[in-house]
Amino acid sequence: MFSDIFNAQFVSSSIRVAIPLALAGLGGVFSERSGVINIGLEGMILTGAFTAIAVTNFFQNPWVGVLAAILVGIILGLIHAITCITFKANQIVSGVAINLFASGITIFFCWLLFGETQIMVKSSLPIWGWSIPNIGESSTLVRSIITIFAHHSPLVYLTIIIFALSHIILFKTPFGLRLRSVGEYPQAADTMGVNIVKMRYMAVIISGALAGLAGSFLSLEQAHFFVKEMSGGRGFIALAAMIFGKWTPLGTAGAALLFGFGEALAIRLQGVTAVPVQFINMVPYLLAIFVLVSAIGRATPPAADGIPYKKEIG
Amino acid sequence: MRSVKKFDYYILLEKITPLIAVIFALLVGAIVIMLIGENPVFVYKTLFSNAIGNRDGWGNVLFRATPLIFTGLTVAFAFRCGLFNIGGEGQMYIGTFLAAWVGFTFTNLPAFILIPLCILTAAAGGALWAAVPGILKAKTGVHEVIVTIMMNWIAASLTFFLVLKFKAPPTEAMIAAGVKQMIPHTSEIAEAARLPRLYTILKFLNIDFPSYNQVNISFLIAIGAAILAYYILWKTNLGYEIRAVGYNPLAAEYGGISVAKNIVLAMVISGAFAGLVGTNEVMGFKYRWRQELFTGLGFNGIAVALLGKNHPLGVVLAAILFGILNYGGAIVNIFTEGRIPRELIMVLQAVIVIFVVISDEVVKRLIRQRRKLV
Repeated sequence: MFSDIFNAQFVSSSIRVAIPLALAGLGGVFSERSGVINIGLEGMILTGAFTAIAVTNFFQNPWVGVLAAILVGIILGLIHAITCITFKANQIVSGVAINLFASGITIFFCWLLFGETQIMVKSSLPIWGWSIPNIGESSTLVRSIITIFAHHSPLVYLTIIIFALSHIILFKTPFGLRLRSVGEYPQAADTMGVNIVKMRYMAVIISGALAGLAGSFLSLEQAHFFVKEMSGGRGFIALAAMIFGKWTPLGTAGAALLFGFGEALAIRLQGVTAVPVQFINMVPYLLAIFVLVSAIGRATPPAADGIPYKKEIG
Repeated sequence: MRSVKKFDYYILLEKITPLIAVIFALLVGAIVIMLIGENPVFVYKTLFSNAIGNRDGWGNVLFRATPLIFTGLTVAFAFRCGLFNIGGEGQMYIGTFLAAWVGFTFTNLPAFILIPLCILTAAAGGALWAAVPGILKAKTGVHEVIVTIMMNWIAASLTFFLVLKFKAPPTEAMIAAGVKQMIPHTSEIAEAARLPRLYTILKFLNIDFPSYNQVNISFLIAIGAAILAYYILWKTNLGYEIRAVGYNPLAAEYGGISVAKNIVLAMVISGAFAGLVGTNEVMGFKYRWRQELFTGLGFNGIAVALLGKNHPLGVVLAAILFGILNYGGAIVNIFTEGRIPRELIMVLQAVIVIFVVISDEVVKRLIRQRRKLV
């Protein structure tokens, strides 16, 4: 039974499940490193998921759907930025409002455009990489390696590239240094001539784009449909991954993989064990709480996280 | 000399920011309605005239406002302690399920015991579920926003498990038709556990009111809960401590107030309000627990609390406004044969929230500038 569950397919599905969490978590990293809390990730994922399917079905082209999801994420990020940075409103309230807005607007358009609350995807992205050889054609090891590393949706490879790039941008470029300084000590950054408003806007918009992409992966590649509230708390699990990953891209990726592992395990265990399926469904959420509790003491958020910047005048 | 008259004008402006936000949101709604190709004047006229144009409409509005008062108080009470309890949905699930469980299990108790028992169980269930994020926040500092959201999903799974365990036996009609329960639900609660509808009281007062209207005694419990929240927050030592922690936890701690204790207590009381939703949903309306994925009542409570400026009276008024929008929206949906989905109201609620926080900040800034100038 053990080898039935923990095989190459399982690792591969863990990766797939982890992708939306990782991307949204990375969005959280960008936003919070600049000093803006983004609770609205959940709503951005949901809206991205809906937009991706709606646009894909309209154009019969999933790539356009992915781009549209990113665009919608950017728009929601912009709304969050305007409320939190320009108007200095409470960042959590703004994020909650975005989540409310997303729950309403997705079902609203679902009814308006499709007349139902669940839509199936009509066209999917291709699988890139090698095809998995049949049993007997090659060794189990080769088959496992291909299954885990080289048989995925293009978005999986894109995610890996995005993570590598984000690590470099945040920690090896002047832009990254400015972004982090804005989130740690905005007064100092301001005196050094860094435009705080601009940096925070960019960070929040990037986080929206990443959450939109996460949503497109969730609906197009993972579920192959859209249904009401399908984001299922992933935006918040992504935030837990971000905290557990100490606000770094690589740490977040690792934490997201851990959550992906937990969720994939939960899916696998359904029907195999005597534990009722409802308890198995709790696993990702319990894991998130457990991870948060254990991360405390080790994880320190950016010093100016959640505090609107008020320029001192006079 | 300070120019007192000008200043009062801004203070007034600060008080009515929710009103400004609602008007702006309705304008946004009008634009959306026009984009769909409908007439906003007709839509809003249908919405308001049906909701508040007659007694039956008012009854339906108050029936829909009742759970929102509870969930609005949930958010508002925790917010006074500086906490964001967005787990009202989960707390409501647990409290409501437990109320139903008591109602269909202890069927031979008389009403004067069973009704209070159900109400207390509902509150205790919500309080218990909210205590977990409270304790985690107080002991380890884990942010309550993420934990309460996670607890929502855990509550949904837990009640799903429980409803299958206590599933109502199929009725004879169902056996005859060979169908199963579409939405899993429990048996009905005892007659003695049911709250009477409001018309029984109104009839006593010689007020003409339709007997089929679903508004029930739970609305009065909600008003009582709002008064209780006000009393606790502003008339007791506990409320003083909770608000002190909300204003400035460091100063409160320095003043000898235990921040950890008040965080847990604020969450417990806040969760109890959410649990009381069960008085309306189970004891006054469905008479059983039905498993549905997120009713949205808990989340709308956030909007209600913000619109009501986290004050119990404001919460009641905001809940009634949302009751008007919800009921009117459903009527509009029927009148336009579904061309205007009722989810438009959800969108409007989110827009209201954003406008409330923005206009609050703008007015605050105006007042600050004013003070500097004077």
